[in-house]
Amino acid sequence: MIANHSGPTIQVDGLRKSYGRQVVLDGIDFEVAQGTVYSLLGPNGAGKTTTVQILSTLISADEGHVLVAGHDLSREPDAVRAAIGVTGQFSAVDKFLTGEENLVLMADLRHMGKREGRRRAAELLDRFDLAESSSKPVSTYSGGMLRRLDLAMTLVGDPRIIFLDEPTAGLDPRSRRTMWQIVRGLVGSGVTIFLTTQYLEEADQLSDRIAVLDHGKLVAQGTAAELKRLVPGGHISLQFADAMVLERAARVLAATSRDDEALTLQVPGGGDVRSLKSMLDRLDDAGVEVCGLTVHTPDLDDVFLALTGHPDTTEPQEAIDR
Amino acid sequence: MNALAYFGDSATMLRRQLRHMVRYPSLTMFVVGMPVVFLLLFVFVFGGTLGAGLGGAAVIPGTAGGRAAYLEYVTPGILVMTIAAIVQGTAISVAMDMTGGIVARFRTMSISRASVLTGHVLGSMVQAAIGIAVVLGAAVILGFRPSAGPMEWFGVIGLLAITSFALIWLAVALGMVTNSVETASNLPMPLILLPFLGSAFVPTDSMPGPLKLFAEYQPFTPIIETLRGLLTGTSFGNDGLLAMAWCAGIAAVSYVWAMRLYERHSVH
Repeated sequence: MIANHSGPTIQVDGLRKSYGRQVVLDGIDFEVAQGTVYSLLGPNGAGKTTTVQILSTLISADEGHVLVAGHDLSREPDAVRAAIGVTGQFSAVDKFLTGEENLVLMADLRHMGKREGRRRAAELLDRFDLAESSSKPVSTYSGGMLRRLDLAMTLVGDPRIIFLDEPTAGLDPRSRRTMWQIVRGLVGSGVTIFLTTQYLEEADQLSDRIAVLDHGKLVAQGTAAELKRLVPGGHISLQFADAMVLERAARVLAATSRDDEALTLQVPGGGDVRSLKSMLDRLDDAGVEVCGLTVHTPDLDDVFLALTGHPDTTEPQEAIDR
Repeated sequence: MNALAYFGDSATMLRRQLRHMVRYPSLTMFVVGMPVVFLLLFVFVFGGTLGAGLGGAAVIPGTAGGRAAYLEYVTPGILVMTIAAIVQGTAISVAMDMTGGIVARFRTMSISRASVLTGHVLGSMVQAAIGIAVVLGAAVILGFRPSAGPMEWFGVIGLLAITSFALIWLAVALGMVTNSVETASNLPMPLILLPFLGSAFVPTDSMPGPLKLFAEYQPFTPIIETLRGLLTGTSFGNDGLLAMAWCAGIAAVSYVWAMRLYERHSVH
């Protein structure tokens, strides 16, 4: 990746937004470096879409200072609009037009000129595997095709900053992977991506940095690896045949976490071979038979649940100090 | 945003509206067809009786028989009703646009803010022109013979244009004031009814007291009277000025209202 010295391309300080008494964003701060993917991760209703809507000039913030591509959001919204592209949660296509007409419409609104607009439309149709259906009305498109067309429309004007609000929500696994490839391709060409998602795998796969948003506050931010370090290490889950064996094993291992109904024990620790072997040896010596074993390494799911499970933990945790 | 960008973007938006119209003509056919049905209904079903009842209230020289006299009388009213029908479609298509995602995309793009609405207005103006031509054509086929000369025709076209312009902007605002397409399709309904409570179908003199008062002072009556005067040579006094004042007022208020609604949730 090319080193970048031009500073953050999105800078957000103290962003607040309420609807009546409902506080949606309760003072959030973050920076997005140019040419990186920044994911905003959070459960439904956390304020992800509101954040995208504010950053993309759709709605105004109550408080806070936002710079996008060097332009102040509240003072120069039009300069911001010229620099960004947005693909929202609900397909922003004209369903009465064909795929090609939608792209040409975007080109016209970017004042690209007739020939250049058609050339760009054809290129994007090809790249997004839509060439075959280019002259069919968009109302006949599948969910995955719509999402690809939507993103293609965003790309017509070659924006340097792209907002993707849950780009893969409701897509099948294959379409999701296609979308990920497209995003990676864009980042490779130097585009900055601000992405919201509720899929941890997606954030893990794509992002350079991830922020976890919960109840309008950023409860953590960092790289995927840094966030994973925030939660206690993994554990080994042991399965037993009946309650008596479970009881004996619990005594041998002094395990704290047991599930009597599922007949499992959870032993904290990583999955390294040495400690695994010594644990099994101890059980073997005590004559305890283990039916099944799974090693659970911490993933973003653990982070997500640990950070968003308790509404009273509101102190933001910075994974690393910079 | 400079004026050049505004015209360019508005032209793009107009092309989009025209494409919608060509591709999905059912809405246009419905809103144009309705006034034609009204014309046929009023001339053939009610025309004989109503025409005979016009008496001295509307003296139309050179016509004989109730039905022919009524055709002369009612055509200007049906023309105004055509505009009222067209704007039902405007409100529906604006509401559909606003509830869909495409307008959200337009809002995040560096394009002239008013151009989306201007596109709707210009598209509906085209629809109104088609509708008026169809209704006038139907009236001529039925035997309508306007006495208007070139100057009068100029006035007729001008007045129909500014009436369309005003009511279309009103419908654009009505299409945005609600978040549902269903409600938006009902809101301009009164515009269809207003010609009935004016001089479109019967002279206001024949109405009882309070209704007559309303009929004489509501905006459609001077518009209809002016059109009738220009087309068939009846006298219309200062109704022409009144009609233009009403249209200018409705257009100005509706434009400001519509723009405010459009900007409601977004950064200025």
